[in-house]
Amino acid sequence: MMSADVSRTEPKLLLFGAAVIVLVLLALLPLYIGLYQTQLLTYGLVAAIAALGFNLLLGYTGLLSFGHSAFFGIGAYSVAFLLRDAGIHSMELYILIGLPIAALSSALLGYVCVRHTRIFFGILTLALSQVVYSLALKFFWITGGTDGLRVARPTLLAGMFTFTGGGSFQRFINAYYYYVLAVFAICVAIMWVIVHSPFGKALQAIRDNETRAAFLGLRIRRFRWVAFLISGTFTGLAGILWVPLNGLTTPEVLYWPFSGEIVFMTLLGGFRNFTGPIVGGLLFTYLKTYAVATTEYWQLLLGVVLVLLVMLLPTGIVGAIATAAAKLRRKEKPA
Amino acid sequence: MILLQTVDLSKQFGDVHACDRVNFTVNKGEFLSLVGSNGAGKTSLVNLISGHLKPDSGRILFEGEDVTFAKVYERIRAGIARSFQIVNLFDALTVFDNVALSVFSRERKVVKIAALADHDQDVRREAFDVLGQFGLAGKSAVPAGGLAQGERKLLDVAIAYALRPKLLFLDEPTSGVSTRDKTQIMDTVSSVVRAGAVTAVVIEHDMDVVFRYSDRIVMMHEGRFLADGTPEAIKANKDVANILLGVPLSA
Repeated sequence: MMSADVSRTEPKLLLFGAAVIVLVLLALLPLYIGLYQTQLLTYGLVAAIAALGFNLLLGYTGLLSFGHSAFFGIGAYSVAFLLRDAGIHSMELYILIGLPIAALSSALLGYVCVRHTRIFFGILTLALSQVVYSLALKFFWITGGTDGLRVARPTLLAGMFTFTGGGSFQRFINAYYYYVLAVFAICVAIMWVIVHSPFGKALQAIRDNETRAAFLGLRIRRFRWVAFLISGTFTGLAGILWVPLNGLTTPEVLYWPFSGEIVFMTLLGGFRNFTGPIVGGLLFTYLKTYAVATTEYWQLLLGVVLVLLVMLLPTGIVGAIATAAAKLRRKEKPA
Repeated sequence: MILLQTVDLSKQFGDVHACDRVNFTVNKGEFLSLVGSNGAGKTSLVNLISGHLKPDSGRILFEGEDVTFAKVYERIRAGIARSFQIVNLFDALTVFDNVALSVFSRERKVVKIAALADHDQDVRREAFDVLGQFGLAGKSAVPAGGLAQGERKLLDVAIAYALRPKLLFLDEPTSGVSTRDKTQIMDTVSSVVRAGAVTAVVIEHDMDVVFRYSDRIVMMHEGRFLADGTPEAIKANKDVANILLGVPLSA
């Protein structure tokens, strides 16, 4: 029996319980791992948020964007501008002001891109994101060009936590981990509701069969546009959270290979599963970090991983695990 | 009472007249069959009326309103729904979700983003009611892609029916299924449609099915209407018999 009926409270409680356990484990982890690992894990959570947003388009709406670096970068640069030009140091203000900026840019770019689908959509997102990239390069007196912009450590929770003086780096990494973890948990909860809402179901219907969806009376382009907007905003939020961690933003986060990395993360975890991009974002962060540390030819190494992934695990790691678990269950309980 | 009327509706593909100044009327409450050989223009006519195609000329009036160039979603809101010749489902979604989406759409709840779809009890009840009428309630949790062909055909109709249309077009609801399944599908469809007081226009090739279930039959040939009448009148029509037997029309 395929129990896809999430309206029953029992599996939903189970899901909620599992989420809480994972969250508690993640919260306990910094006590046992070093500062460097905590920092790396924070990067991983940020990547997971970016991929989670990206997958609303790829996995749920069936649109492959090659331009999500634009939203990540716009989020990152918003923070840098808010610090330099408005003297804002509060992380909450970065988020409150940065999110509408990310949403607005997603709405603008999305409005153009969702007029097309498939490869045409992909190329348009790629092209428009590279316009944003070249703007960041050319207007170097505003953006700092290839040098980028430095971002100091912000204050957390309306100035309750500030990070200056001795040992501030350690304190910041530890505090910021929990900050990002909290935002991550909220993002996951919001995205879970979105994909299980009538709107989310409509997106999946449009993905599976656009013609039929139109004959349900759905206004396809609007749905795609809103999905694009939400997707870009999530990825923009990831950019906002990333800058204080990195301490610097450069045009590299706007450049197309970074869009490719977001695609990679999502494929790694699996784009047909809700948790796929989360697992993918975390794993990719470690994979890339250790690949870079191990070999000069780390891009080649990642390339090989990508090829193997597409050939052997087309549904990603989570997809493969889900398939294996379903098979096992069927064996236990023969129909 | 006239529900739908087309006035000199025409559509050409290259040199082929798919619909050639068609004047088609559908009366409220009838179960009408559209018959004719392949390429007669039946599906084109349905495509024009449902908004899948734009006509070259002519007008479409639904309940007196001109809907000739209305958007698809506007026609659906007005009450025109259709199913498809080649089954058109959302294969990855459950059978329940396939029908629930129609209900959400009709009630303008489909834009809701901050509520769980399965928690809407009104929609749940109605979706299960429709599934029950089509004998699919037991399969509600199965992905639509996992249904047998006969069930897929029924679900296709159920999705359109759940929009609670005034006028429902069914494009070959029994194509590609066994003779036994055909009768079962048509029994189910005709009883649901009649019970719901929905006007239905069915494209069908099987003349046994057509004669058995229709109130009225319209025959198309090369983009035009050739005959229009009750099953008895059509049975007696010599031109119809000739076309069905493949005899060329006498000049």
